[in-house]
Amino acid sequence: MSSEGSLPAYYEIPPGGAIPEPGSSLKYKTGSWRVLRPVINQDKCVRCRLCWVYCPDAAILELDEEYVTSKGRRYKITYKVNYDYCKGCGVCARECPVNAIEMVPEPIGGEE
Amino acid sequence: MAVAAEERLHVERKKPRPLSTNSAIAHAVKDLDVDVVAAYPITPQTTVVEKIAEFIADGELEAEMVHVESEHSALSATVAAALTGARAFTATASQGLELMHEILHIASGLRTPIVMSVAMRALSAPISIWNDHSDVMNARDSGWIIFFVSSAQEAYDTVIQGYRIAEDSDVLLPVMVAYDGYVMSHTMEPVVTEDRDSVLAYAPKRPFPYKLDPEKPVTLGALADPDWYYEIKYQIVEAMRRALDKAREADEEFGKRFGRKYGLVECYMCEGAKSLIVAASSYAATLKAVLPRAWEEGLKVGLLRLRLYRPFPEDLIVDALSNVDSVLVIDRAISYGAPYQGPLANEFSGLILKHGLGVNLVSVVAGIGQRRMVDDDFLKLAKLAWEARTVRKPETIFYGVRK
Ligand code: SF4
Ligand code: SF4
Repeated sequence: MSSEGSLPAYYEIPPGGAIPEPGSSLKYKTGSWRVLRPVINQDKCVRCRLCWVYCPDAAILELDEEYVTSKGRRYKITYKVNYDYCKGCGVCARECPVNAIEMVPEPIGGEE
Repeated sequence: MAVAAEERLHVERKKPRPLSTNSAIAHAVKDLDVDVVAAYPITPQTTVVEKIAEFIADGELEAEMVHVESEHSALSATVAAALTGARAFTATASQGLELMHEILHIASGLRTPIVMSVAMRALSAPISIWNDHSDVMNARDSGWIIFFVSSAQEAYDTVIQGYRIAEDSDVLLPVMVAYDGYVMSHTMEPVVTEDRDSVLAYAPKRPFPYKLDPEKPVTLGALADPDWYYEIKYQIVEAMRRALDKAREADEEFGKRFGRKYGLVECYMCEGAKSLIVAASSYAATLKAVLPRAWEEGLKVGLLRLRLYRPFPEDLIVDALSNVDSVLVIDRAISYGAPYQGPLANEFSGLILKHGLGVNLVSVVAGIGQRRMVDDDFLKLAKLAWEARTVRKPETIFYGVRK
């Protein structure tokens, strides 16, 4: 009898809002909070990993993806933003030592 | 022979012993085999936890006594212990209960099945260590089940009933057992205590169903955004509704097993009464002694003793009010600036309106900071209640204040 459609009614929720399923926070996509989104310039990025370290939401992904820059430099890894969880706080852009991350306005209407 | 000896033992066990309400509560905690007690001393509660500490030191109770630095922590630790599946208890009064206020809501919000005794006491400022009901009245909307008890025996019995209700998976709400500080907390009365096996057979430990367990991880107390918060709070509304039946059933079953039951409200000398006085805790006990005198003087006034306060036993109270012309509600707390300045009177006023009862209400505030109330004062209140059948008294009467 939920008035909100897909959301459960009060009696379908465990008492006190207990969450019996571990790791369920993954289902909570916090990316919708974002106003500005970080965009990594893969050519500028020197793969220092600082954004990965600093991101408070572990929303920077370190991927085993090869990348060759326009100047021919070959990297074995690539950093990408997980926009499902990135809240757009801008910490990564601030910490990036080579200014490879730009915060750009989130497109109206949400997700990528 | 063996049977005779057993019977004698049984009778001996049923022999009352002199206990203060505070000691009676400590005995209940021992007989319930409580696992964790977290407490901070505050007058007039302190001897409850002192006695429990003694039981633990003497090996009569195997429990963890957590010494904390404040009541805020006392209740926090009690809640946390219960959420790991332990049977947990704490006790407080007055400023202590106020300091716990934040955690009161957390305890009910997390649906923590704990029991807490409150030796009711006035609130500062000015400082008063004496008795009234301001502390509990300030906690009445915190989602706790609240009992007012009138004797040391009832306190012992209600703490035991409290765990049976709190730990019921249809309820899962914290229970407060409140009684008058000093007047009851430090007064000896005859109390029958029961053996642990019988108590645990009546109130077996039923741990919190989503207890914290590293083998089976759960999240308790997560953030609830506007899509979720309302439903989780509404669960308490429904749990309170169910608690009413559970409290009734707990009292009935207690009566069957131990020979003592109280009802959720008690109507004393209500037969043929045309007027009622509503009172709780020790005032109700005193009124029982005074009302026969009132009847001798032709004042047909009964006593409606409020035992279960939250959830409010509405039907029983409406039944009692249906047969009378007036009701006088004694409040031992002040709701400053409210339509009636007695918090209970406001609730009765709403009830009378809700059920279309043609009953004249008199709101009386009395015994603030334990201002003395003797038999003659209660007789005066009986007269006031009686007069109110025909004369409306629209304003709260501050009985006994120097004006
Ligand atoms: S904007 Fe904030 S949340 Fe998003 S990737 Fe950068 S540091 Fe992480
Ligand atoms: S901080 Fe900047 S340079 Fe370092 S990995 Fe992140 S984007 Fe690349």
